[in-house]
Amino acid sequence: MTEKTIRDAINEALRQEMSRDPSVVVFGEDVAGGAGLAGESDAFGGVMGVTKGLLGEFGADRVIDTPISESAIIGMAAGSAVTGLRPVAELMFCDFMGVCFDQILNQAAKFRYMFGGKVKTPLVIRTTYGGGLGAAAQHSQCLYQMFTAVPGLKCVVASNAYDAKGLMIEAIRDDDPVIFFEHKMMYDMTAEVPDEPYTIPFGEANLVREGGDVAIVALGNMVAAAEAAAATLAGEGIECTIIDPRTTSPLDEDSIVEAVEETGRLVIVDESNPRCSIAADIAGMVVGTAFDALKAPIRQVTAPHTPVPFAPQLEQLYLPNADKIAAAAREIVSHAA
Amino acid sequence: MSEVVHKVTMPKWGLSMQEGTVVAWLVDEGAEIAAGDEIVEIETEKLNNVFEAPVGGVLRRQVAGVGTTLPVGGLIGVIAGSDATDAAIESLVAQFEADFVPEAVAAEGPVPQQVEIGGRRINYLVMGDGAATPLLLIHGFGGDLTTWMFNQSALAETRPVIALDLLGHGASDKQVGAGDVPAFAEIVLGLLDDLAIDRAHLAGHSLGGAVALELALVNSGRIASLALLAPAGLGREIDGDYIARFIAADRRKAAKEVLGHLVHDPALVSRDMVENLLRYKRTDGVGEALRKIADAVFDEGGQAISYGDRLGDVAAPILCLWGADDAIIPPKHAAALPKTAEIHVLNDAGHLLQMEQASAVNGLINAFVSTSD
Repeated sequence: MTEKTIRDAINEALRQEMSRDPSVVVFGEDVAGGAGLAGESDAFGGVMGVTKGLLGEFGADRVIDTPISESAIIGMAAGSAVTGLRPVAELMFCDFMGVCFDQILNQAAKFRYMFGGKVKTPLVIRTTYGGGLGAAAQHSQCLYQMFTAVPGLKCVVASNAYDAKGLMIEAIRDDDPVIFFEHKMMYDMTAEVPDEPYTIPFGEANLVREGGDVAIVALGNMVAAAEAAAATLAGEGIECTIIDPRTTSPLDEDSIVEAVEETGRLVIVDESNPRCSIAADIAGMVVGTAFDALKAPIRQVTAPHTPVPFAPQLEQLYLPNADKIAAAAREIVSHAA
Repeated sequence: MSEVVHKVTMPKWGLSMQEGTVVAWLVDEGAEIAAGDEIVEIETEKLNNVFEAPVGGVLRRQVAGVGTTLPVGGLIGVIAGSDATDAAIESLVAQFEADFVPEAVAAEGPVPQQVEIGGRRINYLVMGDGAATPLLLIHGFGGDLTTWMFNQSALAETRPVIALDLLGHGASDKQVGAGDVPAFAEIVLGLLDDLAIDRAHLAGHSLGGAVALELALVNSGRIASLALLAPAGLGREIDGDYIARFIAADRRKAAKEVLGHLVHDPALVSRDMVENLLRYKRTDGVGEALRKIADAVFDEGGQAISYGDRLGDVAAPILCLWGADDAIIPPKHAAALPKTAEIHVLNDAGHLLQMEQASAVNGLINAFVSTSD
């Protein structure tokens, strides 16, 4: 067992599944990188370097550079999935999903249903999301909630390298379309990651921390922020439970409700815009199922309802962080019953 | 009375332990204590465990209060003679705090190694050295070498102690072959060969106890003694439902439940202990491995292996330890052992007695193996 980055953990998952199953293929913009040009043919491994080394190991038939056309990438992925392959398509930024909505929500998400269960669509779309890189409004959004809203799609939002590997292998082996959201600020985060292949079931939250005063549900890059907030709060005598759902579809409602029943207070941390967000979705679910357990209002710590600013100072102001989470927790702990 | 001032520091129990939390002090400041007395209870990533005084004297300081979390190697308390001055103790504490580098201490210690035996990867951990007959620790069904996290370093004070992951377990190969007791015994023998150990004491827990018995029967010349902890192979009964639930448990709730069944106080099962079991169960090949082993060693809710009629042929001296609250295999099975066997049933312990009553188990095994060298 060794310490690996999220980038390497996902790479290892892809490599192990490609070795195990010849129907697994990878394609996207520059996933091989530089193919056909002079010099090193495996130069890039995608814009984030996640697929580096796969071309050399599995060849150009299974690691395919595509034109810069998102609709072509996803159309190719959906079509090849129903004809027997297990494609893992890389879409550089989830912000670009707009041009391939038909392929995703009308085609891939609906194939199994429309064909009466006669076809499977074992398709993984890897895509980056989130702010912090100064990449501006068109390259920094959190859009997992839009795909969570569509029946027929599964959505993964991993928060650490151990989970990233297990969830990626689970995604590749899953017979339905899975959108795998990778936060662009998290690729170098490390954790102990076993060398052997393993899977993490979808719809099982990770219990990151246990404490009796406040439950914090946090997604993706917000889990580390929630952990920092919980450490600060523990110093003030406020003990937090942290739930990381790992997948927004399916969602582990039981673990969230259980944590609310144990603490009576809930903070939901979601980097996306607040309207129709995962935070709003979870808040609605909790009010409907565990209303009597609540001792205080539910607080949602999200970005504001604006585009992601380009100016670094404004972007930092825009993003949820440990201070905002801790402030929300303090406020509901002091709420008079 | 000792004039030496002795620092009590946070122990490193288990490979990944980075820090521990003081749960309770079991002796007051100023109390006279003997070496081996239980002085402080510490919460680890698995169960809580008690720390024994390494030397006798007076507990002069409880440096870490209840609830304090310290890195491995951090100062918990000070033991000294009553003749040591308060000033000397204060300066020792101050000096320690000034010099202490936590990361360096936590990173120390042995790391597991891997070897290929019969074409399969076997993971094992060696602690201790010296010329005394080595002791080999064999875990049970679904366990791994961390089963011995509270035992291995204590037992390794007087001899080399090796703990291995059986096939299908821990970081060893998940291809289990026949998955039966002789197949496991063969791997253990292969490890002894590889480590050039001619003769060893064996301690086996649960299914590992049956493996130890098998080895003592087929290779009597190489086995110095047998310490059997809640061993399989002595009788028919076992909680067959538990085995099925253990194999099926793939979610946190179910995993927590099965672990709770292994101990006398389920409240002791920590979040990390549950997480570690889930991580193991999620590994490719583990489900198949456990089912294959279960098919080979259990049938119709009972044990399929029995050494009952061959126990008289075991030449090695036998120590048998059992938790009084064992819900998996009943302690009454110890009655099947030869009259010469030394048998202890420990209170406040379930099936995982070596974790729940670590210091008692360590003391009994240490005394037993040192008379059987």
